[in-house]
Amino acid sequence: MLNGLVKWARGKSPWVCHLNCGSCNGCDIEIVAALMPRFDLERFGVLLEGSPRHADVLMTTGPVTRQIRDRVIRVYDQVAEPKFVVAVGTCGVSGAPFYPGYNVLGGVDSVIPVDMYVPGCPARPDAIAYGVLKLLGTLDPKADALVKEIESRRDTTGLVYTPSEMAEMRQANETSLGQTAARS
Amino acid sequence: MAKLDFPVGPQHPALKEPENLRFSVDGELVVDADIRIGYVHRSIERSCSERNFVQDLYLCERVCGICSNAHTQNYCQAVEAIAGVEIPERAQWIRMIMHEFERIHSHLLWLGVAGHEIGFESLFMYVWRDREVIQDILEMVSGNRGHYAMTMLGGVRYDIAPEMVTKIREGLAFLRQRAEYYADIATSEQTFLERTSGVGVVSGETCVQLGAVGPVLRASGVAFDVRRTFPYLQYDKVEFPVRTSELCDVLGRTLVRVQEVIDACDICTQCLDMMPEGDVNMRFPRKVPEGEAVARIEAQRGEVIYYVRSNGTDVPERVKIRTPTLANLPASLEMVKGGYIADIPIAFASIDPCFSCADRMVELNDVSSGDSRTMTWAELVKLSRRKS
Ligand code: SF4
Repeated sequence: MLNGLVKWARGKSPWVCHLNCGSCNGCDIEIVAALMPRFDLERFGVLLEGSPRHADVLMTTGPVTRQIRDRVIRVYDQVAEPKFVVAVGTCGVSGAPFYPGYNVLGGVDSVIPVDMYVPGCPARPDAIAYGVLKLLGTLDPKADALVKEIESRRDTTGLVYTPSEMAEMRQANETSLGQTAARS
Repeated sequence: MAKLDFPVGPQHPALKEPENLRFSVDGELVVDADIRIGYVHRSIERSCSERNFVQDLYLCERVCGICSNAHTQNYCQAVEAIAGVEIPERAQWIRMIMHEFERIHSHLLWLGVAGHEIGFESLFMYVWRDREVIQDILEMVSGNRGHYAMTMLGGVRYDIAPEMVTKIREGLAFLRQRAEYYADIATSEQTFLERTSGVGVVSGETCVQLGAVGPVLRASGVAFDVRRTFPYLQYDKVEFPVRTSELCDVLGRTLVRVQEVIDACDICTQCLDMMPEGDVNMRFPRKVPEGEAVARIEAQRGEVIYYVRSNGTDVPERVKIRTPTLANLPASLEMVKGGYIADIPIAFASIDPCFSCADRMVELNDVSSGDSRTMTWAELVKLSRRKS
């Protein structure tokens, strides 16, 4: 029963911890903007929490720099199970445009597993809100219904990517890049 | 009582960006402070000399997500100076307008964060709600809420259409009125005064010695503004006062910033009135002739300096960036010393720190004490591994 309660609470009010792994601040302010009166993520029960130990969702921005790498892993380990990671911003997704600088290791998923990708430079607050809602949809049927409703009303392609979609896209990219390379 | 050292960061609830601070405290008083940065070092300067001039524009923009336009503008100014290109006049005015828009958005952002740091959450919410007005204007003009990519080599990317002008004027009038209201709050609201007045004091003399810039310097009574001292673009044609304050504390910095929002609204209105018709961009050569140039502009946090050297190809030989936060950090450490632990967040935030700006420099400075250009790629990687 307790497990059910915990699951219900997590679905209703996920606590989010923001972790900056080397971003340019553009995405960070958009995350704060997503929590502000206009977009108001808090109406879905999302709460920004300072300590990773209390958080359910880790929201990362920026590519992983060499110096922050170990700290990212440590913070990730501190988050209580089951944990979710949302990578916000194009540079969090792939490391571009800083990759392949000598101090940049690439996207966040080169270090920790990611559950939702929100591309954009900076990612729009509505895309961030939608990404979090979609993540909630996997926990809470009501949020899932909301996601379905949003999808029926507007075109959401390309706003966020799940890991499987991202893997598919990367595969496709690699194939086409390979073809270009072969041609040239 | 014995002194106690405690570290804060790199990941800490009070910090939005990763940096490591060390404080020595004696009871409630901070006796010493030190900072370790470099967590956000993304090797931008090195990458700049591997990509061509146009690609660098986008890289420099991403030095900082808040003052992105200042960086591109400064970079373009330096490159255009090397190429000896004079951009169309209308483009210069539009650049100025973007520059001031960004000042408004950044100062409002800071005011909200300051409210948050002193526990004045309603101020935080109000300011960020108003900030959406300028964000909408920026999005309307440039197409994006951040990283506007407005400035390009040889001008600006988009023109400001007549129907936008009405909307911009409305938005500016609203923001100006709100900024006046916030200036009123800052001087009359008891909660705000108690938490900011006399906190984080640093004298003008110390500021000059430590090389502080921007609002931090002006709030300590030193009237220095690059827009006035070394006018660029068309700043010599518009009227605006250089705001200073003799208070030398957080309150002074708040007042300077809020008044600058009001001034920025006025400058934009003047620009919209005086802007001539004409082209907004021109063809820019792909290869830039040999030469070097330094450009300086007054970004919202202070003076930004760009040094660019070209060797006649389409790839710059060196791009060196000096950002205001790095210049302000020594002064910020002076501010927290001698204060209470509870005042650390607001005293530190009062310089409007942006570590993504500052961090790009740190390791490169270390490198350049040797000769950075004689280091091989593998050596650089090794150095950066050792440092992290
Ligand atoms: S995606 Fe763009 S805006 Fe976001 S942190 Fe990266 S560079 Fe900055």
